[in-house]
Amino acid sequence: MLIVDERAAEAIALGAGILGTGGGGNPYLGFLMTRELLRHGAKIAVTGVADVPDDAVVCGIGAMGAPTVGIEKLPRGDEPLAALRALEHHTGCRVTHLIAGEIGGANAMQPLIQSALSGLAAIDGDGMGRAFPELQHCSFSIGGVPCTPAAIADCHHNTVVFPALRDTETLERFARAVTVQMGARAGYAFPIMSGAEMKRTAVSGSYTLAHAIGRAVLTARAAHTDPIAAILAITEGTVLLRGRIVDVERRLVAGFARGRLEIMGTGSDRLREIEIAFQNENLVAWEGPRRRRVLATVPDLITLVDEETGDPVTTEITRYGLRVAVLGMPAPQQLKTAEALAVVGPRAFGYDVQFTPLPGRYGRACPQLW
Amino acid sequence: MIRAGIDVGGTNTDAVLLDGRRLLGAAKRPTSEDVTEGIVAALSAAIADAGVAHAAIGRVMIGTTHFTNAVVQRRNLLRTGVIRLGAPASQILPPFVDWPDDLRIAVGGVGIIVPGGVEFDGREICAYDPGSIRDAASILKAADVAAVVVSAIFSSVSDTHERAAAVMVAEQMPGIPVVCSADIGRIGLLERENAAALNAALIGLADRTTSAFTAALARMNLHTELYLTQNDGTLMSAAVARRFPVRTFASGPTNSMRGAAYLCDIKDAIVLDIGGTTTDAGALIGGFPREAGASVIVGGVRTNFRMPDILSIGLGGGSVVERDGAVVGPFSVGNRLTEEARVFGGSVLTATDVAVTLGRGVLGQDPHVAEDVAGRAGATIDTMIAEIIDRMKTTSVDVSVILVGGGALLVGEAALPGMASFLRPEHGNVANAIGAALGQVGGEVDRVVSFNQVGRQESIATALHEARRHAMDAGATEESLATVEVDEVPLAYLPGDAVRLRVKVVGDLP
Repeated sequence: MLIVDERAAEAIALGAGILGTGGGGNPYLGFLMTRELLRHGAKIAVTGVADVPDDAVVCGIGAMGAPTVGIEKLPRGDEPLAALRALEHHTGCRVTHLIAGEIGGANAMQPLIQSALSGLAAIDGDGMGRAFPELQHCSFSIGGVPCTPAAIADCHHNTVVFPALRDTETLERFARAVTVQMGARAGYAFPIMSGAEMKRTAVSGSYTLAHAIGRAVLTARAAHTDPIAAILAITEGTVLLRGRIVDVERRLVAGFARGRLEIMGTGSDRLREIEIAFQNENLVAWEGPRRRRVLATVPDLITLVDEETGDPVTTEITRYGLRVAVLGMPAPQQLKTAEALAVVGPRAFGYDVQFTPLPGRYGRACPQLW
Repeated sequence: MIRAGIDVGGTNTDAVLLDGRRLLGAAKRPTSEDVTEGIVAALSAAIADAGVAHAAIGRVMIGTTHFTNAVVQRRNLLRTGVIRLGAPASQILPPFVDWPDDLRIAVGGVGIIVPGGVEFDGREICAYDPGSIRDAASILKAADVAAVVVSAIFSSVSDTHERAAAVMVAEQMPGIPVVCSADIGRIGLLERENAAALNAALIGLADRTTSAFTAALARMNLHTELYLTQNDGTLMSAAVARRFPVRTFASGPTNSMRGAAYLCDIKDAIVLDIGGTTTDAGALIGGFPREAGASVIVGGVRTNFRMPDILSIGLGGGSVVERDGAVVGPFSVGNRLTEEARVFGGSVLTATDVAVTLGRGVLGQDPHVAEDVAGRAGATIDTMIAEIIDRMKTTSVDVSVILVGGGALLVGEAALPGMASFLRPEHGNVANAIGAALGQVGGEVDRVVSFNQVGRQESIATALHEARRHAMDAGATEESLATVEVDEVPLAYLPGDAVRLRVKVVGDLP
């Protein structure tokens, strides 16, 4: 069990940003909400996946909508909980545990916030182990957990329950449409599942991992040692390239920020270049020029961090001249199966390349750190 | 018409007189505790230097860090209350939520959230409720606040609720200044509200300071218009500065960069200000500083001002040379340069000693530096300079680099990789005061628009029209107006090609 105090919340927010692989939204506001609740006496603890009883009632939660709206129309705070209560009302079940839809980015903070508000236990796991653009990319859905009933709610506690939809892609489209009516921000609750189903499908230990990454970076900064080496030691990742961004192309396609980046190597990488394609999150990294060789692809994590501070560099803030290290980190096992690759592999995002897994194992270096 | 430009720095107050592009006179005097005396001393000396009549001076422009310092030192701040219109949204993050404790205590920090505000598309989140504003005003009155902020969700899309609330608060709390967040910042509720609260807290000081400036000019027999420079380098009248002191927060580095570019008569360049301990680098695009992308933290508070993107490294004239020239800085003898550097008879090997040995500058006595050490240290300095230039570049094209500051002699004549040439303007030591005297005003619009509903061309045209009107309201002549920025950022997960559109127009005062 991980006790979340202010320092741990700060580390989780930083680690979640790095696991966001360029997207997922900024966890800063979520960190502030968590801190505010802690300062008002809330106690937050995260329960290990293995400690959740098989007959527990687990519900995935998070916030969805446009990130730019999220920085202006701040949440009431309990929107995901309102969605969850509507789901309880609909199903007649009492939820006992909360789990994050995605650990990468802003949604990492939601189970902590909703746990503080409701007293329900938050689980040390999530449905992605990283960030992805759409709901169907989560491991619950990939593992066959039905996506409905699902619910979303806004700041007025207007709630919409989707009792039955044919698949998660449909839920994504329907929920997205309703979210716009809700002012482009909503809290969601789905899927509702047993403890056993959660154990079978969830990415385990993602809070432990986010916390360890964040703490390693903060410690390295304080000690003036290399934060990037600290990240890699925790994630078993590799530096694909150190260099500077020399070209950014960004355009909006069907509501997503799609584009590409070119990064020219510096120092010992100075004769190399990398091209990265992104759709909110970074999807594929090629050795350049002209995409000679694939270096890493989804579902493995491709993250840009500031070369000096180790802060995540999201696709929104990339610009010419930024000094970055491009990190490749192994994806959770759940995302590497044939069924998962059909949803979150490079071909699912329209890139005709083979997924060749990066070496290492997601989060393996973590348990010893506790 | 002769223009006077004044820059009030932490140590010195600089003044210049300009006639068109011609520098008539310049002076440097120590900055005084009350700021005003230093301004009078510097301006009088510059007038004497130029030998012109007071009556010939048509406009006085001041750049000052006085208001930033008040926030940093937590001094002279009014007790400030915030009324936010947005409930039930935003309740989990009340006003002042991310302020450092000491600053929140210094300004009282009373925040109230009431129903109101609009969605991204202009629909009301909740209807405006005059009763709740009246109640909030009486709570703030009881809490003895001396300034009030009203901030509504998406007031950049529609400011109706904010304006109505401001009128109501002014009625309920006569004599108390009221600041609308829409007048301060851009999208990002918490940061905009924070900036508005800092502004409100500074209004008392702004009032006294601008009055003191005006009175001081009157005592000097200068009955001219007074302007203050803003973060982006444009001007605002003293009357506007009295209401919006936060707009001066980053004017120091902006003025220095713009002044340097003006002296070199170019608009796109990288400016290096090399001092005794550090080198500050900034990039100018079209005569204005490139702005930092992230939030700007002032006195520990996150705001969303657009501040110049400045990068600093530990290299200056006083930087200590170590390991036979392999390392230069970040340790520096600082302001003891004239005692400790070898050229001044001291015993510490500094970057200045290296520059003199290499013939990059002529100063003091022979520093007696071994040739190989000087060569290596010179190469180290060049690498550091090339590196910072490279980091500030916005494209791969070679750039011009302007050098100002006392440490500019550290840099040799030869261009470094990635750059076109070094420019060393005459009078570079008063570049900041010259930057203050440039005399441009601007207008800006920043909002979310849907290209599907209105069309891209028309949306941009409407925004430009409004920005031009703002610039003319600020005093710009119509024929001088020029668009300096049209920035479109597509918003993910919104329908109808929603775009955050920012446009900026500047023009000259008559």
